[in-house]
Amino acid sequence: MGKAKRLWLFLSLSMVIAWMLMMRPVLAEEAAPQAAEPQGAAPQAAAPQAPAPKLPAYFTTTSPDPNKPMWPDPTGGNSGTWATPAGDAKGDIPDQLKLGDLYDRIAHNLYSINYVWVLVAGFLVMFMQAGFMFVETGLCRAKNSSHTAAMNLMIYPLGGIGFFIYGFAIGWGNWWNGPVPPGWYPSLGPGLSLLNSGFGLGAAVDAAGKATGAFTYGLFGTTGWFLNGAVNDVAVMVLFFFMMVFMDTTATIPTGAMAERWSWKNFCLYGLWIALPYCLYANWVWGGGWLAQGGVNWGLGHGAVDFAGSGVVHAMGGIIALAGAMAIGPRIGKYDSQGRPLAMPGHNVPMVVLGTFILAFGWFGFNPGSTLAGTDLRISYVVVNTMLASFTGALFAMFTLWAKGFKPDSTMMCNGMLAGLVAITAPCAFVDPWAAAVIGAVAGVLVVLSVFFWEARGIDDPVGAISVHGVNGLWGVLSVGIFANGAYGAGWNGVVREGMVKLYGSDGVRGLLYGDFSQFVMQAIDGVVVVVFGFVMAYVWFKLSNLITPIRVSKEVELEGLDGPEMGVLGYPDFQLHPSGQKLVE
Amino acid sequence: MVEAIIKPFKLDEVKEALTKAGVEGMTVSEVKGFGRQKGHTELYRGAEYSVDFLPKVKIQVLIADEKARQVVEAITTAARTGKIGDGKIFVTPVEEVIRIRTGEKGPDAI
Repeated sequence: MGKAKRLWLFLSLSMVIAWMLMMRPVLAEEAAPQAAEPQGAAPQAAAPQAPAPKLPAYFTTTSPDPNKPMWPDPTGGNSGTWATPAGDAKGDIPDQLKLGDLYDRIAHNLYSINYVWVLVAGFLVMFMQAGFMFVETGLCRAKNSSHTAAMNLMIYPLGGIGFFIYGFAIGWGNWWNGPVPPGWYPSLGPGLSLLNSGFGLGAAVDAAGKATGAFTYGLFGTTGWFLNGAVNDVAVMVLFFFMMVFMDTTATIPTGAMAERWSWKNFCLYGLWIALPYCLYANWVWGGGWLAQGGVNWGLGHGAVDFAGSGVVHAMGGIIALAGAMAIGPRIGKYDSQGRPLAMPGHNVPMVVLGTFILAFGWFGFNPGSTLAGTDLRISYVVVNTMLASFTGALFAMFTLWAKGFKPDSTMMCNGMLAGLVAITAPCAFVDPWAAAVIGAVAGVLVVLSVFFWEARGIDDPVGAISVHGVNGLWGVLSVGIFANGAYGAGWNGVVREGMVKLYGSDGVRGLLYGDFSQFVMQAIDGVVVVVFGFVMAYVWFKLSNLITPIRVSKEVELEGLDGPEMGVLGYPDFQLHPSGQKLVE
Repeated sequence: MVEAIIKPFKLDEVKEALTKAGVEGMTVSEVKGFGRQKGHTELYRGAEYSVDFLPKVKIQVLIADEKARQVVEAITTAARTGKIGDGKIFVTPVEEVIRIRTGEKGPDAI
């Protein structure tokens, strides 16, 4: 009963906090009713007669009619179609079409392409959850298969609801005030300008002395709790969806490293908590926070550059997995009395391979989708680089196994392919194909050495999550600072250096091989931050949550298998399970 | 009764040989065990593990005494690879045999 009470207290406390957080923007809304007034797709009668637009309003946040703000835009009707003769984008009357109307169609189509691209890419990323389920469950023993699969099922709703309640607001609530290059406009439309309040150090003020929402060192955002009315906009929904499925990847990484011994209740608490460390760090790199501002503030390259999240998504997940594996301890029987690691073979290798392929497929949404724009034709490079790194990752894992005198272990080659994908995630848009192949190859070697390294140090990671995501996530972050060739990312994070433009014609993201050592320094800082911040947050959390409800199942449950005692449902009820010749040592 | 423990992949050949020898029925079980070689070690993700109990197939054939020799020979020939772990054959007398459906006893029940 005591445990149940503590759990109840914890849940009610979090509800109260969540409610208090939600109230804040509601109050802000009441103070400024104009900004929150929902705007339908009503025609703007005067517009068709207007001459060809200067800079069309749908590229800016300025409304042509100051009394009718265009954002938030819950229907998308304002994104480039406000001036159609029909007024609702449902049909045109050809002889009434003017040149200016053409701009509307073009702008609307541009946004449409970007929306569809980002959404479809997001669907692929969401499906990666199935890949994680297959990989992690296949690498576990049959007696824990139902439990491991269920963790992969429930982390999606648990993590997602946390992201909905507070994660998105923390991570992207001040997105609009992040550093951007001159002349930039958002690929998903100016509706994203609603994400414009946060907290940080060195607040900027406008001429009237009012805070603009921009900070010298942004720390977290504060708009969009529960996706409330203040962000009632089509573009915000696209960003929310895409960023949510990304977080899901981070959230599910530790379930692999801590599998076969994690108590279900402690896991549920973790699922609600994961959005906190993830979204804080994501804000610093992707949400316009202080690491992204490193270029503007300290002159270090373009600030932290992490295209699709080697650091934000994978290193963070891998570091949390490391903290979790350390906090929970190795599985019973993993080490013999002399502390030597013993093998605990996974129960279904084809499942692991299938999961690897689902993940590799999903990565074709993960990386190129991170342009947030189908109209950004760099996506073809991103796709090819992603693919090449997955090739060399798997190949070099195999070569490393051979070099060490092992057979080409199927599960390690899967880890190798995933390691290549993780490493290329940050640099995928900035490097040449040959560099992508090199980055993947290094990842393939690293992942094998890393699996042996952690295992020899008493850290039991049944699926290799720490090595695949943590170690190679860091390698990916660093590799931007080495191999980025300056062809892409001009003005990234608001950095346009005159010297670079004079030297190279434009200031794209450059690594140390291409003349910008400061970018490498910034990537190293970024790497240190994710390791220290992620590890401290996670280790403290696992120790604290252990006081609420124990992190680890009892010895009896672990030996029997978690499927029956924890889930009540066996993964394979029709089979008698054998512990595959495993000697169990205490 | 002849009981034989053989390598699993030899089951089909043994079955064919026994059918040819006129055996009309048999019982097959999947079993695990070890002999003088004491299993072997494998590597999984770089860590060694010993497979103490190797998977084998056990066949039980019930036949009239005079056929025992022929059956043992058929199994020996069919199941032999010449390598370690080919298995063993046990021949034992059976006290009583009863066909459940009819209640027949003795040689009639075989």
